Amino acid sequence: MAEPNKPRYAQPGDKVLPGKPVTVNRYGPGARLNHWITASSLILLALSGLALFTPALFFLTGLFGGGQNTRALHPWFGVVLFISFFVFFFQLWKANLPERVDWVWLRKLRDVVGGHEENLPELGKYNAGQKIVFWAMAGLILVLIGSGVVIWEQYFSAYFTIPQMRVAVLVHSIAAVLIICVFIMHVYAAIWTRGTLRAMTRGTVTGGWAWRHHRKWLRELAGQRKAGPAE
Amino acid sequence: MIDSPRTAVSNPPTQPLASNLGPGDVVRRSATADLPPPGRQLTEVAKLIDVSKCIGCKACQSACIEWNDTHPGVGENVGIYENPHDLTENMFTLMRFTEWVNPETDSLEWLIRKDGCMHCADPGCLKACPAPGAIVQYSNGIVDFIHENCIGCGYCVKGCPFNIPRISKADHRSYKCTLCSDRVAVGQGPACAKACPTQAIVFGTKEDMKKHAAGRIADLKSRGYANAGLYDPPGVGGTHVMYVLHHADKPHIYANLPDDPKISPLVQSWKGVTKYVGIAAMGFMAVGSMIHGVFARANRVSHEDEAHAEQLVENPAKAPPPPPEERV
Repeated sequence: MAEPNKPRYAQPGDKVLPGKPVTVNRYGPGARLNHWITASSLILLALSGLALFTPALFFLTGLFGGGQNTRALHPWFGVVLFISFFVFFFQLWKANLPERVDWVWLRKLRDVVGGHEENLPELGKYNAGQKIVFWAMAGLILVLIGSGVVIWEQYFSAYFTIPQMRVAVLVHSIAAVLIICVFIMHVYAAIWTRGTLRAMTRGTVTGGWAWRHHRKWLRELAGQRKAGPAE
Repeated sequence: MIDSPRTAVSNPPTQPLASNLGPGDVVRRSATADLPPPGRQLTEVAKLIDVSKCIGCKACQSACIEWNDTHPGVGENVGIYENPHDLTENMFTLMRFTEWVNPETDSLEWLIRKDGCMHCADPGCLKACPAPGAIVQYSNGIVDFIHENCIGCGYCVKGCPFNIPRISKADHRSYKCTLCSDRVAVGQGPACAKACPTQAIVFGTKEDMKKHAAGRIADLKSRGYANAGLYDPPGVGGTHVMYVLHHADKPHIYANLPDDPKISPLVQSWKGVTKYVGIAAMGFMAVGSMIHGVFARANRVSHEDEAHAEQLVENPAKAPPPPPEERV
């Protein structure tokens, strides 16, 4: 099992603060700022991309000052997303590695959707759903930036052949549809699981939230507090 | 007044003429689903390029530059005949030269093909275009770019089976041959056809051009070109720029003219099944979440959960222990 001094789930900055209710620090200010940069660029990308995906949504170009501006801005939003997400990625990837308990959790998806936490195993900082969102985002963003460069007409049209661009534009649109679906799932799960959003606004969750959804993580943080150096 | 000009060689009248080609003649408009049907059907026009009569003088290119008022930059001689080296946003038509050794006769044939927009009946550029009204097709067969609606995305480049559109780095809009739609609108043929000194380029109704081509093909066959034929590829529904080729069995020898051009299946599926399935998937996710949000009970943290957490932090012995298999 894990060495007593090496945290298995807790990440730098995670901390339990006693009180009524207990408060748990989950995300620091840097992570939260970066999350909202990622979120904003993904939303802007979805809006500008959907405008060019189907004529029914071309009116969305109005949000960006017309079709020419939408065409010019969309790839730059993508660059912002790519950088901000991968800053995030290198902070979070270890906590998102799959574990045996993730399979147990996934097999009990009916209890997950039904909100029957009492039937689910105790979890670390992330559940399997969060891990799937994390890895899907990472993979899809790589596919999107790669295919996006191939079809970035303004700067890269000279470096790729037309048959390559045709493959890229098809791959880009399929990956975009998938990432929008993952995005909807991510946002909805955060809203449906009450008490989650504050992790990305104030940076904290209540002890009860951590007990209910990420009990192993909470146990570890509580244990650290007992064993930790005097304050 | 006849609806479409019958020739490119007649001179214009001296009195001003109203345009006889307008928005009411549009039969297809990019990114526009329910276009009102046109009030009339214009006679289909076509440009016929007889490759066997071309002498490679580039008068067509000069006429194109002059009429369209484009300004190709001064080029650089790299030892090829093409000038400029490729189609550009300032050069809508280009003589492409191929030195081909006929394996049957072992003689060198200098193949010269005037490249440019083919004005497909089923235009891949128009299918790919995301900007409403940036590409239109008139009932006379002309496919035209309406530059003020163009957003410069380059999707037309991916849609075109002939590699024709070019995006300007200056104004980020796409350019190609217009078949001189502005001349056709006032009863004139395209500038290139008017300028051609050997009448290798002729212009008229599509029917007339096919008849004219049949005569030329019969002549070529009588001169030993057994495979002479008309290039009017059915894969794109036929074109409104056609070639008479002396080797119509192998179009690719003419500077890679596609043997069987059609809109790429990748473009078809991108603009077809991907779009519909994609919108359905995203809609299903969004609507499904909303329905779940309205009808399912939210996942709330209970007072019990908070109490357990407080116990755990204050006095771990009182909190419920981890399940047995997880105990360290």
